[in-house]
Amino acid sequence: MALKIVKGSIDRMFDKNLQDLVRGIRNHKEDEAKYISTCIDEIKQELKQDNIAVKANAVCKLTYLQMLGYDVSWAAFNIVEVMSSSKFTYKRIGYLAASQCFHENTDVIMLTTNQIRKDLSSPNQYDTGVALTGLSCFVTPDLARDLANDIMTLMSHTKPYIRKKAVLIMYKVFLKYPESLRPAFPRLKEKLEDPDPGVQSAAVNVICELARRNPKNYLSLAPLFFKLMTSSTNNWVLIKIIKLFGALTPLEPRLGKKLIEPLTNLIHSTSAMSLLYECVNTVIAGQYSCSVGSVCLRISVVKYLGLLAMSKILKTHPKSVQSHKDLILQCLDDKDESIRLRALDLLYGMVSKKNLMEIVKKLMIHVDKAEGTTYRDELLTKIIDICSQSNYQYITNFEWYISILVELTRLEGTRHGHLIASQMLDVAIRVKAIRAFAVAQMATLLDNAHLLTGNMQRNGICEVLYAAAWICGEFSEHLENPVQTLEAMLRPKVATLPGHIQAVYVQNAAKLFATILKNQEGNTDSTAAQETSQLMIDRLPLFVQSANLEVQERASCILQLVKYIQKLQQKDVEVAEEVSALFAGELNPVAPKAQKKVPVPEGLDLDAWINEPPSESESEDEQPKAIFTKEEPKHSRPRHTEVDEKELARRREARKQEQANNPFYIKASPSSQKVYQETPGVEHIPVVQIDLSVPLKVPGLPMSDQYVKLEEERRQKERAEKKKKEKKKRKEKRSGRGKKHDSGPESEEDITPAHVVDIVTEEMPENALPSDDDDKDPNDPHKVCDIQGNLQDGSQVVVSVIFENKSDSFLKSMEFNVLDSLNSKLQRPEGSGPHDGLTVPFQLPPGVSNEARFVFTVQSIVMPQKLKGTLTFIVKDSSTHEKLDFKLHFTCTSYLITTPCYSDAFAKLLESGDLKSSSVRLEGVNMPFHHLLARICFHHHFSVVERIDSCASMYSRSIQGHHVCLLVKTSGQTVSIDAKCDEPTLLGNVLDEIKQTFSQC
Amino acid sequence: MQFMLLFSRQGKLRLQKWYVPLSDKEKKKITRELVQTVLARKPKMCSFLEWRDLKIVYKRYASLYFCCAIEDQDNELITLEIIHRYVELLDKYFGSVCELDIIFNFEKAYFILDEFLLGGEAQETSKKNVLKAIEQADLLQEVRYTPNHSHVWQI
Repeated sequence: MALKIVKGSIDRMFDKNLQDLVRGIRNHKEDEAKYISTCIDEIKQELKQDNIAVKANAVCKLTYLQMLGYDVSWAAFNIVEVMSSSKFTYKRIGYLAASQCFHENTDVIMLTTNQIRKDLSSPNQYDTGVALTGLSCFVTPDLARDLANDIMTLMSHTKPYIRKKAVLIMYKVFLKYPESLRPAFPRLKEKLEDPDPGVQSAAVNVICELARRNPKNYLSLAPLFFKLMTSSTNNWVLIKIIKLFGALTPLEPRLGKKLIEPLTNLIHSTSAMSLLYECVNTVIAGQYSCSVGSVCLRISVVKYLGLLAMSKILKTHPKSVQSHKDLILQCLDDKDESIRLRALDLLYGMVSKKNLMEIVKKLMIHVDKAEGTTYRDELLTKIIDICSQSNYQYITNFEWYISILVELTRLEGTRHGHLIASQMLDVAIRVKAIRAFAVAQMATLLDNAHLLTGNMQRNGICEVLYAAAWICGEFSEHLENPVQTLEAMLRPKVATLPGHIQAVYVQNAAKLFATILKNQEGNTDSTAAQETSQLMIDRLPLFVQSANLEVQERASCILQLVKYIQKLQQKDVEVAEEVSALFAGELNPVAPKAQKKVPVPEGLDLDAWINEPPSESESEDEQPKAIFTKEEPKHSRPRHTEVDEKELARRREARKQEQANNPFYIKASPSSQKVYQETPGVEHIPVVQIDLSVPLKVPGLPMSDQYVKLEEERRQKERAEKKKKEKKKRKEKRSGRGKKHDSGPESEEDITPAHVVDIVTEEMPENALPSDDDDKDPNDPHKVCDIQGNLQDGSQVVVSVIFENKSDSFLKSMEFNVLDSLNSKLQRPEGSGPHDGLTVPFQLPPGVSNEARFVFTVQSIVMPQKLKGTLTFIVKDSSTHEKLDFKLHFTCTSYLITTPCYSDAFAKLLESGDLKSSSVRLEGVNMPFHHLLARICFHHHFSVVERIDSCASMYSRSIQGHHVCLLVKTSGQTVSIDAKCDEPTLLGNVLDEIKQTFSQC
Repeated sequence: MQFMLLFSRQGKLRLQKWYVPLSDKEKKKITRELVQTVLARKPKMCSFLEWRDLKIVYKRYASLYFCCAIEDQDNELITLEIIHRYVELLDKYFGSVCELDIIFNFEKAYFILDEFLLGGEAQETSKKNVLKAIEQADLLQEVRYTPNHSHVWQI
């Protein structure tokens, strides 16, 4: 025996071990395949020996070769032999080889069943361990069936090391042999509460994987998992549990509500990105309404995922996303383009009437900064998309929009000229009020066309000239200086523009001409009119020579017309009326769906052929007649390709001959440009190319920024007017200076558009059928915004303060300052510190009063607030600084807005059961009931919903959308008020304030 | 997890572990395809990619790529953590692991992986427990692993 071992080890000394093999392979880089084949031969020899150590060594080498891609399936039986060794060293190698090389179709697996069973029940836990590990890789349905019981027993093994492995491998067994699940499940469930955390996490793993395949059966385990979720600190386990709940919630909606709290806690507390990601994923999938906003904030670390999540949330909770506008705008500065594009997508869904200008302004800044045309083009299209979405719903000032479009034309090298052009046309046609302005802008564009067309070949921007020319022509009555524009349109340089734009130029020059004639006819001096005609006659021949058919045709037509007009003018005949009749009538926009709405007349079959289509063979013979075009027909027929070079040349000659004789053929080559250049001497004139890479501020083009300011002012004015109508609360101050205090939340309804889009007047065919169902895309995620956008800003309160100078001196340099509380903050201009005062924008002569407005941001409105403040000012005569302290009292009432409510809606609100109730009794009120109601309405911004005898229901709403309902009853001198509100604190405070109002009288 | 592959920057496979039964031919095809795809990616690119109906999570440690395939609903970030944990385990076991350690002691690398993952699921989240189990098992072996850094010749 001893001899044998010695012999074995001596043998081994001459054998290659794994290290030698690896080294050998590395040393034989050139002839690796040859080297390995000799190695395999050696291995085959080694496998034939009786010594198990030699065999194991061989098997180990084989495993390595298998990884390198060599087929070792022939050694499967030897692997089993090594697996069966009683020594752990070899068994381990055997199982490793098996787990790497065996698959379901390996026949020898059948032979292993008993060996594995023996190993599973081995007293050595590591024997069992390697058997389980190996089994997990090559378990077959047969093995699963035969060994299920053994593994199940191991789940209750004394060693956690074995229990944990057994639990995990059960999952593989269930997959291969599903019948085992039922008997094994109770034990698996027990393992969820195993004292060893490793076993516990293994059980969670297995059940979660099972539940993902069939969640229904695992609902009953929810409470157990819930407990684990709140108690476990192991991120790996938590992720699995959260995944499991993600699968369960769709089946049991109540779970969602319960999960909100632990999920929110996890999101706020965990530092593990993977767990955070899992939570967010589940939150989004489950569409839990809670804390979504905060989720977004946190995950902004993982920006891309965050933005992706937000776009999902946007569909369901637009409000919570809108509050993160600044964050999203920041993402536009990100280095990563995909993040910027995501952010752009989000912005599209976030705009409202209020923030459109601001967002677009930011985007315009980015357009200027952007590098790379693709991204810039993307920005451009997004700006236009954002502005034009749902019929320009969010645009309140179209002058602003036109100037944005004009600014966009200054982008170099954009491909989206046609997009800008179509927007210009659309707006000019549909918004009547804007036309004068648009025409003025377009005239400037035409005047400065040379700036746009610097290098036309790759510049798509010249498309806007198409729109500009058309707008100037069509609405020429608005032009201030039509002659100048006409001249701009007939410049020789126009001939370098693409054909379709030239055509529009020519046609609209004619329209302009008509308008000019009309204007000038009234004058006594007819020379001006004749000069204009002469200008047309001088310039149009340039276009008659054009290579473009359309341009040529229109130009010749109009040239003849003008010549005729000139003749008439010379005879002093009045022609203006008739010329303008040529272009009379207004073009109305037609709804895109108009055609669809025309019913098909009876007996008309649109699918039937009017004429039978010509057969294939006929069309084959038909040759396109190339009269106007020299180009070869695009689809050259096969036989053409067979023609050899000589034949082609001969034909070309013949064709040229033919063309030369053809009086109608216009040669393409001598274009106007070339004629011009061929004139002797001209080419020697140096032409200075002015290259202006810096975008020019074209004089006369207003910058869109101006509009942002103008719009602000306009809104403010509107707000002020509104406020005048409202009742104000007056607070007398010690010094006699009165301060008025009112809340004026700016909500979306307050913003009335400066121009109305002319959508309704889109022309419809007379017998169009009315239908409304076709305009909205139900899948548009951003539509939801329309409903909820209104309430987005319930946190701003505008306080107007009236300053009255009761002294005899002149007051100046007034500064208004308030000590911010946590809840209420004075809005200060950007860049100023939190304690800086705001300058009051006026001075006060003696006896004069003036009003100033200050904006406060308020977070919670459920409690009344008192803010301390100071007003500093300089008395002019004494030049001393003086200070006046005051208190600003924000009552809860001041957050209420008088909102009318119908009685049925009111009843529904009360029935809903979401409201908390409270009541108050007022004693000794001595006034008629209607006075009492009027007082509540007046002081506390309520409206009467319904009044029956001595009982009335009243309603009001807070700026943050809380409903407040009152039921006021009176008997004698006692008034009882039963109130309901979704915010009990707010309600309590409002009732207190009402009580106070009546105690004072 | 469906499988885990380790390969070098040159595209040489260093370790493979399959948790789904596949034929050798398929395994080879997948390996070849994935190695190519992953190696073609630039260093700044994302560690996750979608491939067929799976998600691939990979990470490069020195000259070695660790690459895992997971299913659609699985968590990519935790997979990245698993990879990292495995590297930590190798590091602890071999003592500042290098590619050569894995080449020459590839069976050890497998044993560690098997103690850490089973059937594609994390079986032991404690590093200490994994290493303890390996040490215990090594004790049972006759030939103990002695860190062999005598291979000084170049790669």
